[in-house]
Amino acid sequence: MFRNNYDNDSVTFSPQGRIFQVEYAAEAVKQGSVVVGIASKTHVVLVAIKRNAEELSSYQKKLFPIDEHVGIAIAGLTSDARVLSNFMKQQCLGHRLTYGRSMPVRTLVDMIGSKAQINTQHYGKRPYGVGLLVAGVDDHGPHLFEFQPSGMTEEMVAFAIGARSQMARTYLEKHLDKFAECDREELIRHGLRALKESLVQDRELTVDNTSVGIAGAADKAGKVEPFKVYDGQEVAAWIESVADDKEAAPAGGSGEGETMEVDP
Amino acid sequence: MDHRPQAWGRPRDDVYGPYDASYLHTSMPKTATQSPIVTGTSVIAIKFKDGVVMAADNLASYGSLARFTDVKRLRPFLSTSVVGFGGDVSDMQFLDRHLTELAIDEAYEAEGCSAGDVSSSPSSTSSSDSSPNKNGQLNASNLHKYLTKLMYRRRNSFDPLWNQILVAGFDSASQPFLASVDLRGTAFTSPSLATGYGAMLAQPIMRKYAATEEDAARLTREEAVKVVRECMKVLFYRDARSLDRFSLAVVTKDGVEISEDEVLEEQSWAFAERIRGYGTQTV
Repeated sequence: MFRNNYDNDSVTFSPQGRIFQVEYAAEAVKQGSVVVGIASKTHVVLVAIKRNAEELSSYQKKLFPIDEHVGIAIAGLTSDARVLSNFMKQQCLGHRLTYGRSMPVRTLVDMIGSKAQINTQHYGKRPYGVGLLVAGVDDHGPHLFEFQPSGMTEEMVAFAIGARSQMARTYLEKHLDKFAECDREELIRHGLRALKESLVQDRELTVDNTSVGIAGAADKAGKVEPFKVYDGQEVAAWIESVADDKEAAPAGGSGEGETMEVDP
Repeated sequence: MDHRPQAWGRPRDDVYGPYDASYLHTSMPKTATQSPIVTGTSVIAIKFKDGVVMAADNLASYGSLARFTDVKRLRPFLSTSVVGFGGDVSDMQFLDRHLTELAIDEAYEAEGCSAGDVSSSPSSTSSSDSSPNKNGQLNASNLHKYLTKLMYRRRNSFDPLWNQILVAGFDSASQPFLASVDLRGTAFTSPSLATGYGAMLAQPIMRKYAATEEDAARLTREEAVKVVRECMKVLFYRDARSLDRFSLAVVTKDGVEISEDEVLEEQSWAFAERIRGYGTQTV
């Protein structure tokens, strides 16, 4: 079971200069189901595959709203994500109370980065076993951040974490240049296509296992689209618009997606 | 060995004598600032169509003694807002250092964000308009909210910061913003505001020009500056703790302009002779 003598705690380096506990935490992220995030100039979306423990059980939520303007997608230990999500909610609320504005996304991400890093440097603590994609909008526009258990945070144009996420990342890299100019619906479809790439054989996107979360930056009138998570029937039209047979005839496919707008 | 845990780690009573806890039981409650010592008098401010004008004289009084005549009581914040302090000068200096720290933190964060903007990041959005709020830094309204919380917290710990503060700048909708907060954390806004003696003497004059937001939105910068200068003159005539040298700040979308050595001009003391009890009189 043990790989070596240097993985008992997160304060001991291996002779090769590695900290195995932190690397194992990164493995925990890869066990979680895949989540994808993409940012354009106007919007940022998160899409996720939900898992159910067994046929009879419900699906584990993957996307969580943090504040009006921020949401997260999680991959890894859900219970660790709960701690981080509660912390982020409190910080955002506190910032709103003291300054009367929404917290800048980078400030928020830096806070969880520092919090997670401390866990990798104290004896008796363990790193968080969860990776996050943090999506939000602020005065600088839409943002997408990746958060790793090591405490590393990075701003991304598009990213995917979780099981088989490499397939999704390959898709994202291929279409990287298009994202900036995408509108809301196109961005969601790109997200869902990336998600489909990472699915195992004979599994597919359904209204039960797919979550979509969106936030939009302030438009010309200064109106911000708050972060909102869409589940169940709300995502049916989007899933339909990226169905394999629709993709074969792109003209009809995209038209279908536009007409089946599900915004309430 | 003493088996009682509360005795562990303490000097032994049989060697050092019993512990002297008398310092913990003072006869008086803990006291903090009970009254201001060195004080600044009025701060006045009025909105106009593209910003806010604020003024305060350069005097710090020690009681009725005009002790310091070169104290700057207006300070810019992030070159988008102005804060004016009335009341205790040491508390003003504390707040000044505190706000400097806050501004540095804020500037670092903004730098981090804009560094992201320069690269291929998608976040360099359509925020092309040059309004002061779009840089994502704290605007005057945010700053005022923060100062309100700070002042109210200090009041609740019975250690108030003995100031009344005016904050001028722009709100998140890029409209001129002017608000006040005092040592109790009481906060309000108005098209024109004045602290201390100014609330009695200058406020009625400023209200003649800007009674409502609509009136203020019609005032030009020149008119607003003229009104404020007039008010400073009236204050110098009638407020015994005032000075004829003052600072004048104008906040617009282009930034903050503060001139710190303004002098009252065209004074006329003719009225003084007609008032019994005003100034030195031989009768």
